[in-house]
Amino acid sequence: MSKKITVEKKVLSENDRLAADIRKKLEKQKIVTLNLVSSPGSGKTSLLERTLKELGNKFNMALIAGDVQTENDADRLKRAGGKNVRPVITGGACHLDARMVTRALDEMNLKGVDILFIENVGNLVCPSSYDLGEDMKVVLMSTTEGDDKPLKYPSMFRRSSVLIINKIDLLGLSNFDIKQAEKNARTINADLKVFEISCLKETGLEAWYDWLGNQVTSKKGKK
Amino acid sequence: MHELSIATEIINIVEKEASRQHLTRVEEIGLKIGALTGVNPDALTFAFEASTGDTSLAGVVIKIEKIPVKGECRACGNAFEVQEFVFICPECGSSDLKISQGEELDIDYIAGQ
Ligand SMILES: Nc1nc2c(ncn2[C@@H]2O[C@H](COP(=O)(O)OP(=O)(O)O)[C@@H](O)[C@H]2O)c(=O)[nH]1
Ligand SMILES: [Mg+2]
Ligand SMILES: [Zn+2]
Repeated sequence: MSKKITVEKKVLSENDRLAADIRKKLEKQKIVTLNLVSSPGSGKTSLLERTLKELGNKFNMALIAGDVQTENDADRLKRAGGKNVRPVITGGACHLDARMVTRALDEMNLKGVDILFIENVGNLVCPSSYDLGEDMKVVLMSTTEGDDKPLKYPSMFRRSSVLIINKIDLLGLSNFDIKQAEKNARTINADLKVFEISCLKETGLEAWYDWLGNQVTSKKGKK
Repeated sequence: MHELSIATEIINIVEKEASRQHLTRVEEIGLKIGALTGVNPDALTFAFEASTGDTSLAGVVIKIEKIPVKGECRACGNAFEVQEFVFICPECGSSDLKISQGEELDIDYIAGQ
């Protein structure tokens, strides 16, 4: 006789549990934590390099750089002035999970850190399922991708709080329509905070730096 | 291919649950997968079969219930199914929605003896 047993358990409950622990720990230390996600090459590392150079004297920033195989991004971030950079090699996995972040954080000194950036593995599908204990996901797309990207990867755009459109220096060189891209993103997530930037030409970054500063201020203000 | 990591999590949970419930053989696993999870049911079934090949779960039947995204408009109260990931109320155009389902990635049940 076969019997049926109700389980009703979240498949990622173990990840969610670890993520909740991370969130609690970082909240206690008042660290703004951002999980950066995008396709490979949209400009996550470039944005972090710019941010380190510009805000390095103002904020204490820690970074976790996820990569499938190499430590190249972590090396770039260190060269850009990152003093608290931790590479995480996933060994094939197309996303970071909360266990990897827990291990990385155990080996990092978080004392006095204002912002923790987590550069996720370049992929717009898999990282959306894995909570890392972040305050927000920041999704990047670049003008060399299709303006229909949000429609193709709705989960990621729905679960992100910030959208950064990078490489606006290349606008006009393809049929990428930035207004259409934003409109597509907003049908999925009307609350997205949008920045249009070029890491290469350093345009639009002031607004991003200001926003980051505001996040730090409001986090510190919280009891 | 995060379906592989997800398949691994399912195997871990099912093995634990089966031993807790004194099942010697699991025959079927029922999953609920919401449209918002970005998890592809076919890829998951494939990944599951690939990862159970030489385990006690080899040959288990996977039943997947796909859960569509549903929401309720906070502005006008309209309850509707979110089609094609357009998170806008078809009645009043508001995007202030309460999403009631579509985020599931759950093991619903297991069956066996
Ligand atoms: N034209 C242009 N290229 C950029 C810009 N930002 C980044 N890139 C280039 O895009 C490539 C990928 O950037 P990277 O930061 O490594 O992307 P990641 O994979 O998301 O970390 C690099 O060659 C960058 O130099 C930009 O604003 N404009
Ligand atoms: Mg990178
Ligand atoms: Zn409405």
